[in-house]
Amino acid sequence: MTATGTAGEQLVIKGLHVAVEGQEILKGVDLTIGRGEIHALMGPNGSGKSTLGYAIMGHPNYEVTAGSIELVTADGTRHDVLAMEPDERARVGIFLAFQRPMSIPGVRLAEFLRHSVTNVRNPDRKEGEELMPMREFRSELKAKMGELSMDSEFAKRYVNDGFSGGEMKRAEILQLAMLRPKFAILDETDSGLDADAVRLASESIARIGGAEMGILIITHHEQLLEHNIPLRTHVMLGGRIVESGGPELAAELHKKGYERIRATYPEAAAAERALEQTAVPVGA
Amino acid sequence: MPTAIEPSPTLAIGEINKYDFRTDSPAVFKARKGIDPEIVCQISEMKREPEWMRDFRLKSLEIFNSKPMPNWGGRIGVDFQDIYYYLKPAEQQGKTWEEVPDAIKQTFDRLGIPEAERKFLAGVKAQFESEVVYGSLQEDLAKKGVIFTDTDTAVREHSDMLREYFGKIIPPTDNKFAALNSAVWSGGSFIYVPKGVSIEFPLQAYFRINAESMGQFERTLIIVDEGAHVHYVEGCTAPMYSTESLHSAVVEIVVKKHGRCRYTTIQNWANNIYNLVTKRAMAYEGALMEWIDGNLGSQLTMKYPAVYMMEPGARGEILSIAFASAGQHQDAGAKLVHAAPHTSGRIVSKSISKNGGRASYRGLVKVEPGARKSRSSVVCDALILDDKSRSDTYPYIEIEEQDVSIGHEASVSKIGEEQLFYLMSRGLTEAEASTMIVGGFIEPLVKELPMEYAVEMNKLIQLQMEGSVG
Ligand SMILES: Nc1ncnc2c1ncn2[C@@H]1O[C@H](COP(=O)(O)OP(=O)(O)O)[C@@H](O)[C@H]1O
Ligand SMILES: [Mg+2]
Repeated sequence: MTATGTAGEQLVIKGLHVAVEGQEILKGVDLTIGRGEIHALMGPNGSGKSTLGYAIMGHPNYEVTAGSIELVTADGTRHDVLAMEPDERARVGIFLAFQRPMSIPGVRLAEFLRHSVTNVRNPDRKEGEELMPMREFRSELKAKMGELSMDSEFAKRYVNDGFSGGEMKRAEILQLAMLRPKFAILDETDSGLDADAVRLASESIARIGGAEMGILIITHHEQLLEHNIPLRTHVMLGGRIVESGGPELAAELHKKGYERIRATYPEAAAAERALEQTAVPVGA
Repeated sequence: MPTAIEPSPTLAIGEINKYDFRTDSPAVFKARKGIDPEIVCQISEMKREPEWMRDFRLKSLEIFNSKPMPNWGGRIGVDFQDIYYYLKPAEQQGKTWEEVPDAIKQTFDRLGIPEAERKFLAGVKAQFESEVVYGSLQEDLAKKGVIFTDTDTAVREHSDMLREYFGKIIPPTDNKFAALNSAVWSGGSFIYVPKGVSIEFPLQAYFRINAESMGQFERTLIIVDEGAHVHYVEGCTAPMYSTESLHSAVVEIVVKKHGRCRYTTIQNWANNIYNLVTKRAMAYEGALMEWIDGNLGSQLTMKYPAVYMMEPGARGEILSIAFASAGQHQDAGAKLVHAAPHTSGRIVSKSISKNGGRASYRGLVKVEPGARKSRSSVVCDALILDDKSRSDTYPYIEIEEQDVSIGHEASVSKIGEEQLFYLMSRGLTEAEASTMIVGGFIEPLVKELPMEYAVEMNKLIQLQMEGSVG
């Protein structure tokens, strides 16, 4: 296939099965993302896209029942991501922009982000040790917010508390910019944004990502991909990636929907229907 | 060595920053445990009190003896005859630094409390030389006619005012512990703010801390005259260590027409302490009384600051926060009494329980007949950090008037798994993430605190979260 990422580092997912509350949602997912590559993940609601993101980040309610997730460094060393706590995953360079970010009332975005940036940049930091110097943090934050056309007052607000949908997504992009992970999963970072905002987000992500980041973009739309041309587009249905292709696949799905996919992969379509009947919709 | 050399804490006009060394040792007082009329008389004599105060104490003792223990709140395992009710400063001084438990010392370290204050706070040193530091502030206050002294001194030097108000807001008959305090009280602050005088900076007990100011049975009286304004900050956030397990304070406040008073306390007691406090303010026409009350530590705290809104337009606000960890029971809350029309009150209570701790909110909103157009709102939120811990809510509402608006909201939440995951996915450890969530939970209260208290409060929460506070 195509060249691996610039630094030769990869996030390698193999045969991943994930269950939530005893119910299997992902039924064997294989996906390899190299640093510097962009992959798009599409699929109807409820197909398991967010579940994959949560499983990669280590959400405690998403139980991996089979398969592996590994971070393979340039020298070939394989790190078992599944053995890591979510914070350790963040510290080795994995990031998830949430489809629905959580609000943390009373905690200011800047305060939280300073803590977060400190930990991620010094993975060996012990609890209670000094945070990144305030001055340095502030000027970096201000610069990044400027690039994202965000008012610096925004950082004084409580994390996602009373944010509009668009504000939440922009705050996620800001965190991406500050944390500069090796691998990022962006879960519908374009939803809740108007057309101009999506364009801005698309440009920003391209700039932040550059050649250094491996990005998995989960989206229903094409616009976010405008400045982030995916190396591969993957389609998820019923908890499996059933088809992968180039940018033209994203365009097709965007225009025509998933009927051809369902017709081509009846087994996955059946799994989708089965899930719909039993699962509690969390997507709305 | 002279035992009782101390600058007079008195701050009446004309005594500006003057060092009035008292070298006359008080009469020899043979301390003995227990409580009876003889002990009470001795305390009064030791303090060279006027007769009316001695009689008040004796009467209070009778009331104390006749009252049953409260049948609500927590279990109070105290043997009243096994307690020293009054210790001379010299006796308090007897303890050495070595005797102070390590946990307390470590906490001092973590909080970065200066050496001089540490010894004082731990009860090793009876005297904290605050007058030197705060001399110019005091001068300023004295010029405005503000009286700021310890209550013992006030009884001797401002007898008229004391007789008018002392024990009138909280009579000894109010409850068993108010009666006990009335019988054996010692120390505490007396503040008088004259008409129209506004004190811009928070008055702190630090300004006049001395041996008698932080006893077991403190008695504080604050009178805010018409249109006057004061913010008083009681004690300090450092852990208070005491060998005596029973602490029972009384705080009485009068806020006259259009006056404003804010009373802020953050108490962080060692785990052996029973802290049973009665706090009440009377607010008159258009006056505003605010209690900000933070409770950490102790074995059992029972504390329900109250505002009685006596005349139209009076307002009462109570912000209360409690943190209960292993072996701790915080029974904290608030009380609003609407005794006149067009009065308004607000209670915001936040409690956190962790490691088997128990936090209860107990509150009363009472609207008396005729208190038309009164409005009150109560919001109490509890955060439970694990399955071993417990939170209860006991909201009492008594309304004897139709035309009122009373709102009550309560929420109990477990620390959100989703919130934890979100923060951890950004590189915070589980402990850091929960500390941050707890910090955010109490932020609405912390931001009301004076800066240095807010900083200390956050550090204390961090310590509690680490479970390293003794
Ligand atoms: N926390 C959860 N509790 C119960 N069911 C869940 C949970 N998360 C996901 N699911 C179920 O898993 C399936 C996949 O959901 P999700 O991964 O959110 O899909 P997508 O992101 O593709 O829309 C859905 O049927 C959903 O109901
Ligand atoms: Mg989703």
